[in-house]
Amino acid sequence: MTQPQSDNTAIEREEMAFDVVIVGGGPAGLTAAIRLKQENPDLSVCLLEKGSEVGAHIVSGAVLEPTTLAELFPDWKERGAPLDTPVSSEKLLFLTRKAALPVPALHLLMPQMDNRGNYVISLGAFCRWLGEQAEALGVEIYPGFAGADLFIENGRVCGIITGDMGVNRKGEEKPDYMPGMILRASQTILAEGARGSLSKKAMNTFDLRKGADPQTFGLGIKEVWEIPAEKHRPGFVQHSFGWPLDTHTYGGAFLYHFGKNLVSYGFITALDYRNPWLSPFEEMQRTKQHPAFREHFEGGRRIIYGARAISEGGVQSLPHPVFPGGVLTGDCAGFLNMPKIKGIHTSMKSGIIAAEAVMDAIQNEQAEASSYMDRLKSSWLWKELHAARNIRPAFSHWGMLGGALYSGIDSMIFRGQAPWTLRHRHADNETMIPAEKAPKISYPKADGTLTFNRAESVFLSNLSHDEDQPVHLKVQDMATWKEVNLTRFAAPESRYCPAGVYETSETDELVINAQNCVHCKSCDIKDPDQNITWCTPEGSSGPNYPSGM
Amino acid sequence: MKVLVPVKRVVDYNIKPRVAADGSGVETQGVKMSMNPFDEIALEEALRLREKGQADEVVAVTIGAQVAQDVLRTAMAMGADRAILIQTDAEVEPRAVSSLLKAVVEKEQPGLVSMGKQAIDDDMNATGQMLAARLGWPQGTFASKVEIADGRVEVAREVDGGTETVSLSLPAVITADLRLNEPRYASLPNIMKARKKPLETIEAGSLGVDLTPHLKIVSVAEPPERKAGVIVETVEELVEKLKTEAKVI
Repeated sequence: MTQPQSDNTAIEREEMAFDVVIVGGGPAGLTAAIRLKQENPDLSVCLLEKGSEVGAHIVSGAVLEPTTLAELFPDWKERGAPLDTPVSSEKLLFLTRKAALPVPALHLLMPQMDNRGNYVISLGAFCRWLGEQAEALGVEIYPGFAGADLFIENGRVCGIITGDMGVNRKGEEKPDYMPGMILRASQTILAEGARGSLSKKAMNTFDLRKGADPQTFGLGIKEVWEIPAEKHRPGFVQHSFGWPLDTHTYGGAFLYHFGKNLVSYGFITALDYRNPWLSPFEEMQRTKQHPAFREHFEGGRRIIYGARAISEGGVQSLPHPVFPGGVLTGDCAGFLNMPKIKGIHTSMKSGIIAAEAVMDAIQNEQAEASSYMDRLKSSWLWKELHAARNIRPAFSHWGMLGGALYSGIDSMIFRGQAPWTLRHRHADNETMIPAEKAPKISYPKADGTLTFNRAESVFLSNLSHDEDQPVHLKVQDMATWKEVNLTRFAAPESRYCPAGVYETSETDELVINAQNCVHCKSCDIKDPDQNITWCTPEGSSGPNYPSGM
Repeated sequence: MKVLVPVKRVVDYNIKPRVAADGSGVETQGVKMSMNPFDEIALEEALRLREKGQADEVVAVTIGAQVAQDVLRTAMAMGADRAILIQTDAEVEPRAVSSLLKAVVEKEQPGLVSMGKQAIDDDMNATGQMLAARLGWPQGTFASKVEIADGRVEVAREVDGGTETVSLSLPAVITADLRLNEPRYASLPNIMKARKKPLETIEAGSLGVDLTPHLKIVSVAEPPERKAGVIVETVEELVEKLKTEAKVI
């Protein structure tokens, strides 16, 4: 372990002190903030959100299991939580190119897919509501400020440093330059979402991944459509697997009818895919052409587009979630339940447990919230994740059909209690085969009505990004990019990036259109040599998803 | 001297506006709202006047529902000393807005009103002019430079042929153009402090102004989508297409 140090100590910075600083205004961070203030209104709690407002960077399906919400606010209905669309019917389809075979007796065969009692929501709207609840309890929420670095003193995280504002592309100060601040905290809760940049630093600095399997991620790309009222079926839920992915690639589509004539459609591609020619964006686009999906979009218009990574690894891939001065919660730790395709109730639960552990640590003046792990292990969250643990890796081991067969056996016969645990053997950056050995994939051209290209799509993410700021996607070594990415893998970043950030110029140079970035972090995850690092850009940069997202 | 800065809450400039499915207007539900960018520039100019010692108080005012407080908090985080919300749930047009602002001016007695030249939502470009007319004050619109000296204000205006400079007696109304300045960021400590600055709420109804709309929106539609281009082979073909298809020559 290297001696932990902040890179950022040289600059003179203003300071402010809180009991708890939370990084990230998603379900985990907001829930932790709410629970802290519910239990101890005297604690000063500061929550930072890099998006321009709470919800601006939130992307999710989403079907919400309201269990944790009911623990947090038993009166959530009276409080007006935006859970307006109960799941009314659901289907899981196995797709071939032309046909769709529904999985029979779904609730019996795959009990984890049973969505009765759940709600189709916009997670963006839900987080905005959680934000209002938190503010009403006295949480200080600051949107538009990114947690750019951990503030480390004597080997302990003592808060965070917010991003500098007003630095130009070359790294020089502009007239409106404003250095980031130190926000001191007794305890820091990281709730950044999948592949959070401070979480990554905490894991490296404090060796938190020791003994854990590599984390494995999925890239979720989503569109929201507005469709004619007569075709809208509120609460209809459809998932698919099979076509168009090859049998080595885990993933599938979701389609939910919700809200006022809205349809949420998305596609998740596991980032441990092998074929460098694969484009998660194009897989998402062409799935809409399948008869089982196509009809839902007819006469409608696409109104929002976005993308994010999710942590799929499950309990085997969880890092040790405690470090001196703070904890990891939600998807930056990896509390998502992949077989259930749900991470909101688990993220929120981890937020509740983290809040309780953090309060303990503050009360007992401990640097480490050491009760977090025990509290996790004795919670329903751990039982749920433990029971689900073997299904995702089964797909990596035995492909789509083997994985599906295994998951049936695991759920039906062992009910998640199999006396073994399947491991994740590879990180997602290690799985690609060389481009010349992989079959090329020819994707259909966008038609501009049902299917679109990347440029038309990111237009609907409402991006804001001052171009005169340092490029926040840092490529360590361009020679490595040429040798590894370009020569061996035919520049895979130009295909996996859902926003068209990466292009290869005619002279074989890497072009980075940082202003297109939707903050999905896929490049940080999938880059074969881990040569690309995603850093926080200036606060408020990135997408501005409206609340239907 | 006191500077009054009227600010408007509009759909954030980064958002691609979407016309509601029923064509009644632009969708604002669940969309990020912010201070009109031209008003930010007008506010920045007021703050700079205060920093130069030419103004001693900057007061921000907005008209709207309770939620419109957020732009006043932003104004105070940028540096306004206090703020006034003229509260109404009604849709107000420049005609009513200028009357309401006139009432605020009469109450506050500012030496200068600094406001954006137009709001990016309805693009009216009318309120500043109407306010000056109602008050009988001189106006300097489309300001790209503002200098105060000897009880007068010199305003450089961006006009078609270049820049026109006008000299106005005070009190006056100026409306800010894009190149007047670059507004500052609101820093975290200033955002925190802004939460404690005074925000006064006045019921619009108490000001005796007729808010009845006089404009009727016939329809709202998105601009036609740009069609894909074609590559022409020769200059002759280009000229031919410009004549027969585009009909521009």
